Amino acid sequence: MGRRKKMVERVKALMSNPDMVRNIGIVAHIDHGKTTLSDNLLAGAGMISQDLAGRQLFMDSDEEEQERGITIDSANVSMVHEYDNNEYLINLIDTPGHVDFGGDVTRAMRAVDGAVVVIDAVEGTMPQTETVLRQALKEHVRPVLFINKVDRLINELQEGGQEMQMRLGKLIDLVNKLIKGMNEERYKAGWKVDATGGTVAFGSALYNWAISVPMMQKTGVSFNDVYEYCRNEDMKTLAEKCPLHEAVNDMVIRHLPSPIEAQEGRVGAIWHGDKTSEIGKSMKDADANGDIAFMVTDIAMDPHAGEVATGRLFSGSLTRGMEVNVSGTTAKNRIQQVGVFMGPERLEVEKIPAGNIAAVTGLKDAIVGSTVTTLEDMMPFESIQHASEPVVTVAVEAKHMKDLPKLVEVLRQVAKEDPTLQIKLDEETGEHLLAGMGELHLEVIGHRIQRDKGVEITTTPPIVVYRESVKSHAGPVEGKSPNRHNRFYIEIEPLDPEIIKLIKDGEISMRMPELERRELLMNAGMSKEGAKGLVDIYESNIFLDMTKGIQYLNETMELILEGFTEVMKEGPLAREPCMGVKVKLMDAKLHEDAVHRGPAQVIPASRQAIQAAMLLAEDVLFEPYQKVFIQVPQEQMGGATKEIQGRRGIIVNMTSEGDTTVIESKAPVSELFGFAGDIRSATEGRAMWSTEFAGFDSLPANMVAEIVNEIRERKGLKAGVPQPEDFLSM
Amino acid sequence: MLYFVGLGLFDEKDVSVKGLEVIKNADKVYVEFYTSRLMGADKEKMENLYGREIHVLDRQEVEQDPWWLEEAKEMDIAFLTGGDTMVSTTHVDIRLRAMELGIETRLIHGASIVSAICGLTGLQNYRFGKAATIPHPYTSSRGNTIISETPYDTILRNRQLGLHTAVFLDIDMNKGYMTVNQGIELLLKIDEKRGQNLIKGSIAVGIANAGSEKPIVKADFAEYLESYDFGSPLHIVVIPADLHFVEAEALVKLADAPESILEEGEEN
Ligand SMILES: Nc1nc2c(ncn2[C@@H]2O[C@H](COP(=O)(O)OP(=O)(O)O)[C@@H](O)[C@H]2O)c(=O)[nH]1
Ligand SMILES: C[S@@+](CC[C@H](N)C(=O)[O-])C[C@H]1O[C@@H](n2cnc3c(N)ncnc32)[C@H](O)[C@@H]1O
Ligand SMILES: [Mg+2]
Repeated sequence: MGRRKKMVERVKALMSNPDMVRNIGIVAHIDHGKTTLSDNLLAGAGMISQDLAGRQLFMDSDEEEQERGITIDSANVSMVHEYDNNEYLINLIDTPGHVDFGGDVTRAMRAVDGAVVVIDAVEGTMPQTETVLRQALKEHVRPVLFINKVDRLINELQEGGQEMQMRLGKLIDLVNKLIKGMNEERYKAGWKVDATGGTVAFGSALYNWAISVPMMQKTGVSFNDVYEYCRNEDMKTLAEKCPLHEAVNDMVIRHLPSPIEAQEGRVGAIWHGDKTSEIGKSMKDADANGDIAFMVTDIAMDPHAGEVATGRLFSGSLTRGMEVNVSGTTAKNRIQQVGVFMGPERLEVEKIPAGNIAAVTGLKDAIVGSTVTTLEDMMPFESIQHASEPVVTVAVEAKHMKDLPKLVEVLRQVAKEDPTLQIKLDEETGEHLLAGMGELHLEVIGHRIQRDKGVEITTTPPIVVYRESVKSHAGPVEGKSPNRHNRFYIEIEPLDPEIIKLIKDGEISMRMPELERRELLMNAGMSKEGAKGLVDIYESNIFLDMTKGIQYLNETMELILEGFTEVMKEGPLAREPCMGVKVKLMDAKLHEDAVHRGPAQVIPASRQAIQAAMLLAEDVLFEPYQKVFIQVPQEQMGGATKEIQGRRGIIVNMTSEGDTTVIESKAPVSELFGFAGDIRSATEGRAMWSTEFAGFDSLPANMVAEIVNEIRERKGLKAGVPQPEDFLSM
Repeated sequence: MLYFVGLGLFDEKDVSVKGLEVIKNADKVYVEFYTSRLMGADKEKMENLYGREIHVLDRQEVEQDPWWLEEAKEMDIAFLTGGDTMVSTTHVDIRLRAMELGIETRLIHGASIVSAICGLTGLQNYRFGKAATIPHPYTSSRGNTIISETPYDTILRNRQLGLHTAVFLDIDMNKGYMTVNQGIELLLKIDEKRGQNLIKGSIAVGIANAGSEKPIVKADFAEYLESYDFGSPLHIVVIPADLHFVEAEALVKLADAPESILEEGEEN
């Protein structure tokens, strides 16, 4: 048998036995070495050639990524590794590290059970490290630690062995502190990283060696030996004695759970259905004979196979020709091909059992986040929460008119592939608006549209997406239907931060059992009536029905909520999305006959009452902020701080280490356009920087009118800051 | 002065002589076609008979922005609707608005579908309960489809009180005129959903084109009406409660109801 054929047989055999499978992600702050690590693991396991690894950055399969040297899409690969005389299949997902692509990290975490957290030994934990670690814990994904670039400690920082050990020890403590702070329950359950326990490895992804306590025992190579090899610039021998892939993969197999062990906890965190139901039990046990429960975490276009949906199979076995339901749609989809990954390739197989990461075609209605099942009425998995929200928009136009239909199709496609993108058609201007998580994110998408999809486009400069929210209480405000035979009484107030947090963290949703939700809301300080009345959550806004016993209200509620959703998508001030708004229906008077309280009557009444009430409740604009971390040599520090301060930014903290200063700052996204170029010139290109989404803050009062008018003009809306009367003119 | 003129049931000639005079003498004539419609006439035929130009108002211009009301302060305005203006419409609101603006108003009544169904079926108007409309199912932008159960509940409650129900059928700009078949289908669906047999197995009457030379009036067990051809709109449904013996006889003779209902009538 040929080498490849043998590998195919091994992968097939292993994936049929989930005890021998590990599904893991590699997460890190940008540039800490995820891609180098993944490539070298793959090469070490013989899945790609040694020459390709490191140089070609295999995981960065997108040209764009290779040019820019950053990882944009999570790529899926697998490798076979032998541990304790048994072979295991490791499914590995590489994730992006730039804040602009935060959405991908979240969905990758949905598919895996364990994560290798990579930290650059020199830089230590960075903001993105915290974000991804938090994300992993939230998804009930267990972490182990790989401290990378240890060669730099010795060769660049010239640290002594003692010093180095101290630094590594401190870093481990810090990571544990983070875990404890983020999720004490998990920490107490033993989810800490611990060198002697074997859940920490350190080494050099680039030079292909790594060591851990178990590895020292196995190879006899001591810490001092490692130190000496590096000192003597003989990392090659070190890599032969302590290969990177062995240390890391041993750790993964020994300490990260198999799907069988992991699924109970994982399913508990991402699915709010009845745990005692058939499907609940089947997912807990990763039962290959159960009904299908498959969560789509990635959609990509394959030039040959078409749309490939990759995701995690929690229950049942996927086979070709199977008819399945896709959450949120009514039509049935038929599965065409099912595949697993072998190295960087997709390998078609007959059947994939629960516990694996599977790639299937034929799911034409699926989007990232879809639940795919053979059941008719399965409670879907929780939607994927994104660490950051779309804050920047560009308008996209086809360069050539004839490409317009193609552009529409391509935009639909990129949105399907990247759920953090939002696409909207501006009816007035006919422009397609693309909202994403940052300037870079949209640039990359733009390039992708031109290069992969072959549509030439022009884009406008980026525009900030603001949020509308309220500062005080207002109402009840009366909303009348156009025929004036229906009335709705609406109150508005700011939503309490604790409740917003529950929503953002995905702790509560309309999907979970009502009693469970009520309890969480009440624990977060909501009144019993309020918690009982919750009928809709839209983004971070909620709608409460505070009425009692109003006839026909139940079949009218959907229409009232349609009005609510419309306003939450486009607030009254400048039609920007709303956040943190609590809308309460206090009373309603309805026409006896259903046609006289249909959509044309109820939606505008609901909408206008909410719009007017929001303006009465001091509607204000909030703008997105980013944290900006800058590492810069002492001499250029002045230039760097000036760049921040000149952009309405604030310096939060400054620390120095040796000759470098680390500046921690925060600035509005609107002021950060073009920052990359400006900081480069301000510091002679010697600053290293990274950003992270820092939430929203209210726009300075003296800027509100100006910005509102600017947005309104751009959107072709009536000039002037809207007043409550504008919405109550009936 | 604002005149509300009911045009009657089917074509331009159903208007009363008084109504016709008002239209001829008015300074401006407006008509609204979204609550009902004269299926045997169009704008042109109406204009020819009335000798007047008429302006068709859309729903928005009647409800949200009745800009033409102002004109009635100075001029005589005629506002025309199918049937009788105030029956099964929300137009009383316009009258109240006009009064707020200090405008005098007057009604010229027209024949209404509500009385036509009594005549066509022989069902006694004394015995009708609340009326209801079946709206077209609506799928919201949130992706949920609502099928109103109000008409069903109305039928149920009327039935408990021994009362007939007139069931109007929705007119929608985009989804069109609902037919008897669609209406019955929706009611049967609710039967199924609730596991009840309120509609299935009971007599229903479908009526098409009341006021025309050849109105169709057909009574049968509801499930059979689901596929009966009633021809072009407008349609309406009546769900009778238990029948007085004269009503039963009338339904058999006027609406071709199955004769078995005569026996049931005797039992009661
Ligand atoms: N000295 C040293 N450099 C490394 C090591 N691992 C990665 N790098 C370098 O760090 C940079 C970023 O690595 P990459 O794998 O792209 O990081 P990612 O952004 O986390 O995927 C590249 O220039 C790598 O060559 C290491 O162990 N030692
Ligand atoms: C909202 S009601 C308005 C009634 C009108 N104002 C009247 O008094 O006759 C309209 C509904 O009544 C029914 N309808 C009206 N005229 C009809 C006719 N000539 N024949 C059958 N059904 C009719 C249809 O179901 C139509 O959708
Ligand atoms: Mg990378």
